[in-house]
Amino acid sequence: MTTHASHTTDHAPQAALFVADDKRAHWHDGALWFVRAKRDRAAQALPEWERLRETASQIKLHTLSRLAEYLEQFEASAHRLGATVHWARDAAEHNEIVLSILQRHGARRLVKSKSMLTEECHLNPFLERHGISVVDTDLGERIVQLAGEPPSHIVLPAIHRTKEDVGRIFHEHLHTEEGASDPKYLAEAARQHLREKFLEADAALTGVNFAVAETGGFVVCTNEGNADLGVSLPKLHIASMGIEKLVPCAEHLGVFLRLLARSATGQPITTYSSHFHGPVSGGELHIVLVDNGRTPIMGSDEFRRSLSCIRCGACMNTCPVYRRSGGHSYSATVPGPIGSILSPARDARAHGSLPFACSLCGSCTDVCPVKIDLHHQLLAWRHEIAARGLLPISKKLPMRLASIVLGHRWLYELSGRIGRWIMPKLPRWMIYNRFNAWGRQRELPEPPRESFRERYRRRNGSAHGK
Amino acid sequence: MPSVGLFIPCYVDQFYPRVGLATVELLERFGCQVEFPEAQTCCGQPMANTGCADLVAPIARRFVEIFAPYDYVVCPSGSCVSMVRNHYGEYFDHDPTFERLRPRVMELCEFLTEVLGIERVEGRFPHRVGLHQSCHGLRELRLASSSEIVGPAHNRTRRLLESLEGIELSELKRPDECCGFGGTFAVAEEAVSCMMGLDRIADHEQAGTEVLTGNDMSCLMHLEGLLRRQHKPIRVMHVAEILQSAMLAGAAT
Repeated sequence: MTTHASHTTDHAPQAALFVADDKRAHWHDGALWFVRAKRDRAAQALPEWERLRETASQIKLHTLSRLAEYLEQFEASAHRLGATVHWARDAAEHNEIVLSILQRHGARRLVKSKSMLTEECHLNPFLERHGISVVDTDLGERIVQLAGEPPSHIVLPAIHRTKEDVGRIFHEHLHTEEGASDPKYLAEAARQHLREKFLEADAALTGVNFAVAETGGFVVCTNEGNADLGVSLPKLHIASMGIEKLVPCAEHLGVFLRLLARSATGQPITTYSSHFHGPVSGGELHIVLVDNGRTPIMGSDEFRRSLSCIRCGACMNTCPVYRRSGGHSYSATVPGPIGSILSPARDARAHGSLPFACSLCGSCTDVCPVKIDLHHQLLAWRHEIAARGLLPISKKLPMRLASIVLGHRWLYELSGRIGRWIMPKLPRWMIYNRFNAWGRQRELPEPPRESFRERYRRRNGSAHGK
Repeated sequence: MPSVGLFIPCYVDQFYPRVGLATVELLERFGCQVEFPEAQTCCGQPMANTGCADLVAPIARRFVEIFAPYDYVVCPSGSCVSMVRNHYGEYFDHDPTFERLRPRVMELCEFLTEVLGIERVEGRFPHRVGLHQSCHGLRELRLASSSEIVGPAHNRTRRLLESLEGIELSELKRPDECCGFGGTFAVAEEAVSCMMGLDRIADHEQAGTEVLTGNDMSCLMHLEGLLRRQHKPIRVMHVAEILQSAMLAGAAT
């Protein structure tokens, strides 16, 4: 169900479509700005905020520098607690592992709490093809699952949907009253519907927010308690985690749990921070460690820091482009600034437009709880895309021309003079037409007769008699 | 007094000579010996931000050659300064000439406050002014504290403006959101760029901004383009123009 649209993956045209619905785009922007403002208040309430960010950043960078050791330590610790640890090189291996565990138990009905990793691996359609029903139990994820679309945000998967949209989706799938859009009524309907799914589930799958190498335990953060509900009844719990989710010691959780919810939604802490240490009695716990393209990123000095990401979504909430273009315009599992760094690492050709879907304002960098230098990495990706010869000619050619002009003072001065001379003489239609993207909604500056340097020359000539 | 090499961004040279002149006059009024080296063209940021590092390298080398002789290089743009100070590194392998120059390339208000130690400007500007906090000056040069970071608030440009007699600064709902210019972004992502710009303008309108100002003419060019198309009455001036005209007005009274 959660397949990506196979049309263009270029950001700009999809963003333009989103912007064209001005009312909705402003509503989306406002909803996310509200979350950003809440984050600001939560962060401001902690005088040690910047120290926390720095500590978190250092812990993550340290862990990444010795990831192999910590992963093996985690495996051993988890094993001691009675969990089974699996290693998946890529999405396909991950999906096969999950399927084989489910098949071994004869499980047909899987309930899943939020996991961006399984979105990344496209686990749902894979399992469904093998006759297993998958129910996303996070309310937002359930909404987009019923709507047959991917999440548009990693923390707020259905943020692009209004309550009226949800009313329509629920009316169609959960048979709520037609036209109902009262959030309380709709949430109650979802609650009843999901309760049923929890009761009949054979197995539960959760993501992992943090795994602790020292203890072999892991933490899943939810606001709805759906991870706990999911794993409480079935005897089979599968936890899928990216290999970068590790922290060395349990005490490090104190740093990350304080940062995560404040950055994500402005809450002091998520409603449920559930710690799992081994299987429930008589049950099985399987932890699937997934690489899926992370190792090459770790090998890159330029982009390694992006693996510090704790998936709080703060960079999305603050991104002025994301807020106005919607998550789907990125055609990627993880949208927004961090997604625009991670996605080209997977496929630079398909996701080559994403590092350019950014005004380089740097707000993401300042808001990131683990201090990823997001906007510098986006810029570095632009260089990387150009170096790999993937820059479209529409970007490359003007820059090549500009560099020739700017490389020669006489040519620069001459072009400027000609341009400023000719512009006022041209009829408006010759300047403002469909080839001039600047002029669609904006006037060009009125060209002055003289450039600065000409006036400076004149001024200093008369002032200093030169 | 220090010798100042004036670094005028290419688009200011071509489209906003008045901003360059205001910068010269301001610096001279504060006793600097200003020189505009005419060999300069552009810092190469458009190419760098498009990813074409190979095209930037010769431009960057030329820039450093041209400006190396001065005590300070001052520019009425935070973005162009950041290009040199924060992004030229990759074109110079710890070259001593570049490393000596790097910290001395400064944005105008940064230079006025940090090097000349100016706390207040004697002048008069009886208008309600909205300060657009351009992103590169804000988050790359830290000319002001950004709303994301927790810590004591400061704002160099605002402090200078606030010292003018008769001025009122408008209070924005989103004090440092990007205007959407972003160089080639303005054209490549035209729809989002313009929506961002119009949202900034709406914020200034609700705040009663009469004169819109900022440290970067590029952001202001984008906002002015939108304002003019929509025939909105907000006037656009670079901060150098405000300071310079305020000093003139102050001197006249």
